[in-house]
Amino acid sequence: MTRAKTTLPEILSALFPDGHSAVVEDGLVGGEGPFRGGRLAVIGIDGDTALGVDGACRLAGHVLDVVRRGGGTPILVAIDSDSQRMSRRDELLGLNEYLAHLAKSLLLADAQGHPTVGLIYGHSAAGAFIATALATRVLVGLPGANPSVMDLPSVARVTKLPLDRLEAMAKDTPVFAPGLDNMVRTGAVQAVLDPDQPLADQIAAVIDAMPNEDSRDRLGRERGGRPVAEEIAAQVVRDAAFG
Amino acid sequence: MGERIIDPAAKGWAISWYEASARARLDGLLDAGSFREVVGPEERRMSPHLPLFDLPRAFDDGMIVGSGRLDGQAVLVAAQEGRFMGGAFGEVHGAKLVGLLRAALALKPAAVLILFDTGGVRLQEANAGETAIAEVMRAITDLRAAGVPVIGLIGGRAGAYGGGGLIAGTCSRLAVSEGGRISVSGPEVIETNKGAEEFDSRDRALVWRTMGGKHRRLIGGADAYADDSVAAFRQVALDLIGRAPAFDLATLEAEQARLEERLTRFGDCRDATEIWARLGVNDPEAVPALATADFDALLANLRETTHDAR
Repeated sequence: MTRAKTTLPEILSALFPDGHSAVVEDGLVGGEGPFRGGRLAVIGIDGDTALGVDGACRLAGHVLDVVRRGGGTPILVAIDSDSQRMSRRDELLGLNEYLAHLAKSLLLADAQGHPTVGLIYGHSAAGAFIATALATRVLVGLPGANPSVMDLPSVARVTKLPLDRLEAMAKDTPVFAPGLDNMVRTGAVQAVLDPDQPLADQIAAVIDAMPNEDSRDRLGRERGGRPVAEEIAAQVVRDAAFG
Repeated sequence: MGERIIDPAAKGWAISWYEASARARLDGLLDAGSFREVVGPEERRMSPHLPLFDLPRAFDDGMIVGSGRLDGQAVLVAAQEGRFMGGAFGEVHGAKLVGLLRAALALKPAAVLILFDTGGVRLQEANAGETAIAEVMRAITDLRAAGVPVIGLIGGRAGAYGGGGLIAGTCSRLAVSEGGRISVSGPEVIETNKGAEEFDSRDRALVWRTMGGKHRRLIGGADAYADDSVAAFRQVALDLIGRAPAFDLATLEAEQARLEERLTRFGDCRDATEIWARLGVNDPEAVPALATADFDALLANLRETTHDAR
């Protein structure tokens, strides 16, 4: 992928041509602006920032503010992050609770009528990805984005496979390889937006076509990135019963 | 489904949760003979991806799901086998849990019990595992919103790491034993990325103090502390089912306040013993060696560790 990634200021000015209140502080994004006669709330992470206990708590606070105000304001989760912040302090303080709390806040917002849309425009990985973009109802990407669980050199270390073999496998094995296209094929990313078309219209179209159910496993089967997940889950639903 | 694999009463000894296999945990947790597995090993729904890496597969992909009875109550259960690929989430492994949680939405069991034993995402199937974790978290909140408690039990060899830690944080209630660890980045991951001066993964006492069951229970990261036995986990699971918090704005606002307060009170602490001292523990250095009864007595005097803000 040779296209340069879209920047946060470009995204915000495309969404809010008449201005907005979104600010970036310590790599954390929060604010809102006028959108289609109503408002659109924006939270996010910018500048490849790692997500720790402090940041997750602040972002969750923004989300709960939107839910408290009600009115069905949609929430855009714009992401260019590192992974979770890896430190003794973060784990000592219970990072898993903070990241889960942020994800739960987004899931509650969605359940209470605030459409949630993830927009990955840069990097993201591991716990930071799960707690933010993957906790929305629909996740879309912009060309140049680069989500991953782990980079290939690290995968090589853990799996003890030579890097050149992993790189060759990565070309046709979407289930483990980093990159936006592979997350599209597993169904985690619903679509890649067209950077040459107006962004606000494309986000509006996503909000208007929210799926009623979690359709990521169906997309994963259709696109070949997760060939069996949908079928396995459906079989469990079919067969589970009380004796 | 027949007799218990091992009847501890007949043998006169308790089964260690930490040492037991996932199947032995389920066998002893549920009412005798009540477990009915779905998509069991006889169906051989194995990982379609591990052969690419020349890795052996398991007939159940390290995840066992089904239904059973807990003191007569209908429950759905999922158990991870930490001895296969570290209990990590791959495509099939994750999809079985997703399916179980979706089944619960229609079946309305008294609870769903998740027996965690996982290092997180299976790297050989990383994208599928990570997406499954996101699906699981969404399904858990759907279920909680519908009034079905989701109870996590953590005391296995692999702990609840990575995405497993995030799923644990999404459950209604958590029970943990001394050996259970809950964390996002594991000790080795922190050391590899940030150096041994940040986290020395060979310092086992540091690992237990920072991520282990007693610390998580003391700061309110878990709701119950269990002895390392299958019988003890059965008892705490029964206790927790009856007092699961709702999934609504009030609960999450209370959790927001709880987590903000933790940052304010303990954000400058370097070690767990400093946090325990500020919590009001008279002799923090003695906590790791406390027996369960003494630890329970200590907890009874610390009100803030027990809450509904989850």
